[in-house]
Amino acid sequence: MSGTETRPDRGQSRERGHGPGVGRDLGVGHSAPRPDGTLKVTGEFAYSSDLYLADMVWGATLRGPHPSARIRSVDVGPALAMPGVLAALTCEDVPGELFYGLDRRDQPVLAADRVRYQGEPVAIVAADHPERARRAAAAIVVDYEVTEAVTDPRRAAFDPSCPAVHDGGNVVRHQPVRVGGDFTAPVVVTGEYEVGMQDQAFLGPESGLAVPAEDGGVDLFVATQWLHVDRDQIAPCLGLPPELVRLTLAGVGGAFGAREDLSMQVHACMLALRTGRPVKMVYGRQESFFGHVHRHPARMRYEHGADLDGRLRYVRAEILLDGGAYCSSTPAVVGNAASLGVGPYEVPNVWIDAYGVYTNNPPCGAMRGFGAVQACFAYESQMDRLAEACGLSPVEVRVRNAVSQGSRLATGQVIDSPAPLAGMLRELAAMPLPPEPSRTAGPVAVPPPAGPARAAAATSVPDPAGVRAPGAAATPDLLDLPGGVAQTTHGEGVRRGVGYGVGIKNICFSEGFDDHSTARVRVELLGGEPHVLVRTAAAEVGQGLVTVQEQIARTELGVERVTVAQADTTVGSAGSTSASRQSYVTGGAVRAACRAVRERLAVLRANGETLAETLERAGAVEETRVYRHRPTFPMDPVTGQGDSHAQLALCVHRAVVDVDVELGLVKVVELAAVQDVGRVLNPLALEGQIHGGSAQGLGLALMEEVQVVDGRVLNPSFTDYLIPTILDMPPMRVSVLANPDPHAPYGLRGAGEPPTLSSTPAVAAAVRAATGLRLPRVPIRPHDIAMDGSRYGNWAGDRSL
Amino acid sequence: MTMDFLRPATWAEALEAKAERPGAVPVQGGTDVMVELNFDVRRPDALLDLNRVAALGEWSAEEDGRLRVGAGVTYARLIAELGDRLPGLAQAARTVGSPQIRNRGTVGGNLGAASPAGDGHPPLLAAGAEIEVESAARGVRMIPAEEFYLGVKRSALEPDELIRAFWTRPAGGPQYFSKVGTRNAMVIAVCSFALALHPAERRAGTGIGSAAPTPRRAVAAEEFLAAELDWDTGRLDPGLPRRFGELAAGAASPIDDVRGTAAYRRHAVAVLARRTLTWAWHDLWAAGPHEGPHDGPRGRVRRPGGPVAPGDPGDPEKPRREAG
Ligand SMILES: Cc1cc2nc3c(=O)[nH]c(=O)nc-3n(C[C@H](O)[C@H](O)[C@H](O)COP(=O)(O)OP(=O)(O)OC[C@H]3O[C@@H](n4cnc5c(N)ncnc54)[C@H](O)[C@@H]3O)c2cc1C
Repeated sequence: MSGTETRPDRGQSRERGHGPGVGRDLGVGHSAPRPDGTLKVTGEFAYSSDLYLADMVWGATLRGPHPSARIRSVDVGPALAMPGVLAALTCEDVPGELFYGLDRRDQPVLAADRVRYQGEPVAIVAADHPERARRAAAAIVVDYEVTEAVTDPRRAAFDPSCPAVHDGGNVVRHQPVRVGGDFTAPVVVTGEYEVGMQDQAFLGPESGLAVPAEDGGVDLFVATQWLHVDRDQIAPCLGLPPELVRLTLAGVGGAFGAREDLSMQVHACMLALRTGRPVKMVYGRQESFFGHVHRHPARMRYEHGADLDGRLRYVRAEILLDGGAYCSSTPAVVGNAASLGVGPYEVPNVWIDAYGVYTNNPPCGAMRGFGAVQACFAYESQMDRLAEACGLSPVEVRVRNAVSQGSRLATGQVIDSPAPLAGMLRELAAMPLPPEPSRTAGPVAVPPPAGPARAAAATSVPDPAGVRAPGAAATPDLLDLPGGVAQTTHGEGVRRGVGYGVGIKNICFSEGFDDHSTARVRVELLGGEPHVLVRTAAAEVGQGLVTVQEQIARTELGVERVTVAQADTTVGSAGSTSASRQSYVTGGAVRAACRAVRERLAVLRANGETLAETLERAGAVEETRVYRHRPTFPMDPVTGQGDSHAQLALCVHRAVVDVDVELGLVKVVELAAVQDVGRVLNPLALEGQIHGGSAQGLGLALMEEVQVVDGRVLNPSFTDYLIPTILDMPPMRVSVLANPDPHAPYGLRGAGEPPTLSSTPAVAAAVRAATGLRLPRVPIRPHDIAMDGSRYGNWAGDRSL
Repeated sequence: MTMDFLRPATWAEALEAKAERPGAVPVQGGTDVMVELNFDVRRPDALLDLNRVAALGEWSAEEDGRLRVGAGVTYARLIAELGDRLPGLAQAARTVGSPQIRNRGTVGGNLGAASPAGDGHPPLLAAGAEIEVESAARGVRMIPAEEFYLGVKRSALEPDELIRAFWTRPAGGPQYFSKVGTRNAMVIAVCSFALALHPAERRAGTGIGSAAPTPRRAVAAEEFLAAELDWDTGRLDPGLPRRFGELAAGAASPIDDVRGTAAYRRHAVAVLARRTLTWAWHDLWAAGPHEGPHDGPRGRVRRPGGPVAPGDPGDPEKPRREAG
């Protein structure tokens, strides 16, 4: 069913440990077990929401209900009058800077004169019980004057009469890309595409514990993605020097970008400093939907021009990203969408305008795939339309235009490491397709004989525990049909479709950012045996970074016993756990520190001495190293040209779907993927990343959307924000290539994001193939297929000479 | 702030407690109640835990031939123990939430919540079930399912009453439940449809879920079937299921909401009604003369591909698959 193949012929040689027999099976290249694995599966892992101190009190947040309003007054009196309430704070109580932000400091710690999105924090409360804190927050009286909300991003971007969400206008960044000047071609396809607002849907809500310290500072234990950038924003708001704000990573229940921005960090610290008590804050699920940024919804217009043989002559595109009320990482998201806006294809003439705008919609920022996801859906949809217009298969049109090592991106940057896209596509296309279901044999999938006594058997495919009935292969299994056990079809109206998707993602921070990580590695004798302690500030958010650091230390030092310390700010920044960058950058730092330790040991070591003897004689050896990937450069503000990316990664997907075309319900039958990861560090963890990224992309294609109307979120819960279940995510066929990138440690290529890009367009293409509909928007909703999809059937603007 | 937690050990004690404290909120599986408490939708001053009342977890075959199923019988047990006799309800039960929810949740709780999206309701309507409710003051009332649902999350239950059981006849013919959701498991109904054929009475019962303020029958569609279905020969005119679907859709009065549009819901109800009728009719006649209507002549057993109901007659085309 499901399996991963790794090409043993490419870059798969094992690193050998230095000590005899040591570190061999748990080093780089092996599926070393995760130290947190068993704890998480058995429910014993301590997440940030489990933090506890005996004398702690609870914080809660009052959030504004309006997408746009002026605040006339805030009265915390009623809250302070309630029993058990220790503090109720507003913007007046912020000790330092009033604003924070990843890129621009435009986000108020607590709203002052106005709120700009539904759910913006206005006041915070500490009380001796979480429920008391919530009620006290609700008792605070805020007088709002509702103002016009800007909710249409197109208007925000282009209509001069549109109110400004912030002084200085609504366009956060406009990034053009200009290459060549010939925008004529015999075949032209145009399309308008839309991507809905996806949520990261991590399971561990925003939470942390702030503990006031005797030196006037604060210790914050928090689930985050980047301890140092949190601290760099928190400390100024608290009016404290950075060294008095110490962060320790608490157990993180998923991130996917949603923890790059601050949530409760400053609030908990303010309450702790004010009350002198440890303050814990935990968002509820509903609050969480308002407490973090989402993926930018996008509206995109594309025009592809090609020769009759399908070779691209030009691409014109307008990409409009709705950043919502605050800047967050919108500028970088725009940079990605612009620089990767034509995808991994060779295009001689390019005209792209990518915009990120302010509106009064929920703030949007980082999410797995980061700007590249949105563009990928549009350009891949266009490639399918081009294939159709040129009479080519979807695979062939992509192969004809595929980049390879030496190709130029739209930014002019030359891809200077392996990028075997054409081969990846051919390999994908050659993979066997899942068998057509037996139900095609007859005109209708007939349930087994019925009658009262047997009617249940006819449909009791799963037993009560939900396990597939044995021998169900012969009869169609409802679990295999669109709709599942909800039994919307026995095969009627079901059509199969196959679709392909290709994506290219930049790995690491781009556009001139000083992207580095720091590692401190110490080797010492513990209980008479060598032991390695690795300390970094890198956030393990569930992806397996702790394990990879252990593996690197084992491989580099030949010592089996390795501990990775809980990440904190006692060591230099590791950068963010995002942009698929931690194996690369923190992995690089750990490797560098290990090698420095190894060199010292080599000097210290006397002839014939074992490592233990050296350590016994010379004492512990410790080294700290900072690792940087090669420099990147800004995009030219007018032409978009520049070597803006450190590394590029490719993934390709094939999706096979069954669609009930009458009801618009979809069952993804299989996802197949080929990804080039440069070097496999941990096969099992890698497979998890590819499966997970593919599932998240499938979710965007078919169901995941924060529905926003007039600036208000309609579905802030997992009742109505749906993410794929095990019955939605099919078995995967995965092939991993390992063509090393000479610039990267071990030749590795970041792997977490690329599958998130290509699975979405692959699934959408498969649904289009099954239905014959244009379906220019994801998520594709049942009514798009069953009711409305046909209205996109004929698009004006296409021409083929 | 405190909340009393009442734990009656017997049905009589439970009724007394409810009489004394009509504001007390009963808890059976808690899969609705606890969610509401967590979301602060309500703050009752007492919870009335019914889990110690053993009688609620029992079911029995009664003298009049009906089944009396205690309000505390879980979905999981309903599927395992009554799936053969109540196939429509068992199919609905199978679509409720996840295994954990089916291990706790009950039809009694579904009735208590009276959500238009509750999956237990359409099969109860289609089967013509009755709800047995009781109060200490006025004793037992039997409420036909179709009179039970009064509005969105409002039922005919009085504040001092508790739901004791539902009564329904074991299926006398094929039954189907179909539910549209936007993912393939663990999803609240966008809309649903239940159909029960009652061959002995030569009629069919229906139930529509999540497409009106309350679960409701499609009465005109039922009357149409009673008048038009050919119970003598089993012939199914291809236009009949389609017309039935249209009438069922006509009985719905859906709204646009976060789960779907009104137009889609109406369309989907029509498709579900058409398909379930086709399946049920096919089952009835495929089962042979003994299990079909008593006068169904031998030799009219319908097989796949036979002259009757070769596919879904409403389908513009026969089901087919295409790759690419
Ligand atoms: C994750 C999840 C998924 C779900 N999925 C579905 C689904 O797919 N389909 C669906 O229909 N529902 C679903 N539900 C809702 C819920 O599980 C069902 O409505 C279930 O039937 C409730 O049964 P219960 O025994 O848990 O009820 P409880 O929560 O105990 O009670 C529900 C209501 O009924 C009242 N009540 C309970 N027993 C009695 C009684 N004997 N007399 C009078 N009043 C009573 C309670 O006071 C309360 O108002 C889901 C819930 C969750 C949490």
